[in-house]
Amino acid sequence: MSIAKTEVEKVARLARLEVEEKRAEKLVDELDSVLEYVGKLDELDTDDVEPTTHPVAAEHTGRDDEVNEGLTVEQVVGHAPDQQDGQFRVPKVVDE
Amino acid sequence: MDDLSDILGDEYEAVIGLEVHCQLDTASKLFSGASTKYGAEPNSQVAPLDMGLPGTLPVVNRKAVEYAVRAGLALRCDVRNETKFARKNYFYPDLPKGYQISQHRAPLCENGELVVPIDGDPLGDGDVRRVGIQRLHLEEDAGKSTHLKGQPHSLVDLNRCGVPLIEIVSEPDLRTPAEARAYMKALRDIVVFLDISDGEMSEGSLRCDANVSVRPSGDEAFGTRTELKNINSFKFVHDGIAAEIRRQIELLEAGESVEQETRLYDVDAGRTRPMRSKEESHDYRYFPEPDLPVFTVDKEWIEEIRANLPALPAERRRMYREAWNVGRDDAGVLTGEPALANFFEASVAHWSGDAQTVANWIVNQWLRVLNDTGHTIDEAGVEPGEFVGVVELVEDRVISQNAGQTVLEEMITTGRDAETIVDDEGLRQMTDAGAIESLVDDVLDDNPEQVAEYRGGNNNVLGWFIGQVMQASGGSADPKIVRSLLQEKLDS
Repeated sequence: MSIAKTEVEKVARLARLEVEEKRAEKLVDELDSVLEYVGKLDELDTDDVEPTTHPVAAEHTGRDDEVNEGLTVEQVVGHAPDQQDGQFRVPKVVDE
Repeated sequence: MDDLSDILGDEYEAVIGLEVHCQLDTASKLFSGASTKYGAEPNSQVAPLDMGLPGTLPVVNRKAVEYAVRAGLALRCDVRNETKFARKNYFYPDLPKGYQISQHRAPLCENGELVVPIDGDPLGDGDVRRVGIQRLHLEEDAGKSTHLKGQPHSLVDLNRCGVPLIEIVSEPDLRTPAEARAYMKALRDIVVFLDISDGEMSEGSLRCDANVSVRPSGDEAFGTRTELKNINSFKFVHDGIAAEIRRQIELLEAGESVEQETRLYDVDAGRTRPMRSKEESHDYRYFPEPDLPVFTVDKEWIEEIRANLPALPAERRRMYREAWNVGRDDAGVLTGEPALANFFEASVAHWSGDAQTVANWIVNQWLRVLNDTGHTIDEAGVEPGEFVGVVELVEDRVISQNAGQTVLEEMITTGRDAETIVDDEGLRQMTDAGAIESLVDDVLDDNPEQVAEYRGGNNNVLGWFIGQVMQASGGSADPKIVRSLLQEKLDS
């Protein structure tokens, strides 16, 4: 198992993490050893095994369609660093 | 007619598949108990879960599952007894959790079909295309961003966060922009008649992304496809896809190749353009939602939903025409909206005569009265039984056709019942032939010149006489009796 530096950069970008050049190189080694460790699982034949998505078998049948929750506008935006007219104000995410 | 046939010619064929998002009309959100009501004050319908606050856990709204199953069954899908939710990860300010709970593997419904009229006859008497439904799954909506003009900021409203959606993914079975539009309209009719969504494209309840490619006619292999995002009207479904097909053919004709990318339809320019990098979709890194166990939809529940499926427009049209002998166009009008179809069917149940009479009254009078008074059929507050009562008064010639319309208007605006209106407004028709005859005799005696004119061959004077008698009766004489008495006397 070997991971390329570009993959480290891509994963960092997807997670919105800033990774310095030097650190990225170190991460390649660290992630490599993690993947190598986990890669041991590949030695098993899992063809007839259903993927386990949840460690505990639980059944979920949901709730009725009732409105019984809701915060006030002040509770929702009150803790935001920036707000305007009861809305969150954020840096613009599209170009004009 | 498909205006693209010139461009496609015999040389090219377009291949189109649609991904349609439809907002489900539940009271509360998909995973929280916050309200979904449209048009509320920003950030006034938000639960802690919708904000992605720590310590919150999603719980599935059974009604949303029921609605999705309804759609799946109406589209002839297989419905899974165990369905799984997944996280779709991306960063955007109106998605506070940093992921959308959707479905990836094991979607709720798969392998369905929708039959779409494709020759421009919306009533489906002509050619149809069978469009495969690859999958139909549940997911939550994101919040709403408003980008402030001329300012470096956007505003975020989280009310829509967590509102339930179904995504309906078709197979690439559509071949022209007109077919794509017909498919969207058919889907809209289905969700509206199933009573699971208002189906309003203008309010964003129904949205569509289109996968479009072209290939030389006769080829089996697909060309490179592009994805056209955020189509929000039936017109743009057609126009956007047409513009994209044109662009791709022009590229191929020039010896260039189509690049796989995400594009937007620029309505003003009438062209598609690539999405800018910031808007572009990313690597979503789906994984099973750890906060939600497998969701069980037992067979009994599915069968119960199936047994209670409302009849769809095509089925109802067929019943009106074949079992009730209603005219083709009237059947089309009556199945335009569920409220109208329900009203018609309930009226027919109250009516002892033929269904076409009721159909005529609804299509020709009732819709006009509703339009004139600015009410929807539900707002009008006139029950089908009361409506049929008015039709009976006219058919029994107690009141005239015009008076019938007046009664309906008065019922809506004043809430009085038909009999009261007829008496209060003096609308009762004079049907006593003896009384009418004496009016007719008076008018003939008073107007010897016109009598001579009629007898001299000017038949047009008959209309004038009818008017005189009607006036003399204060508008209450039955015009049919007036006419026949006048003719009888003038021709003798």
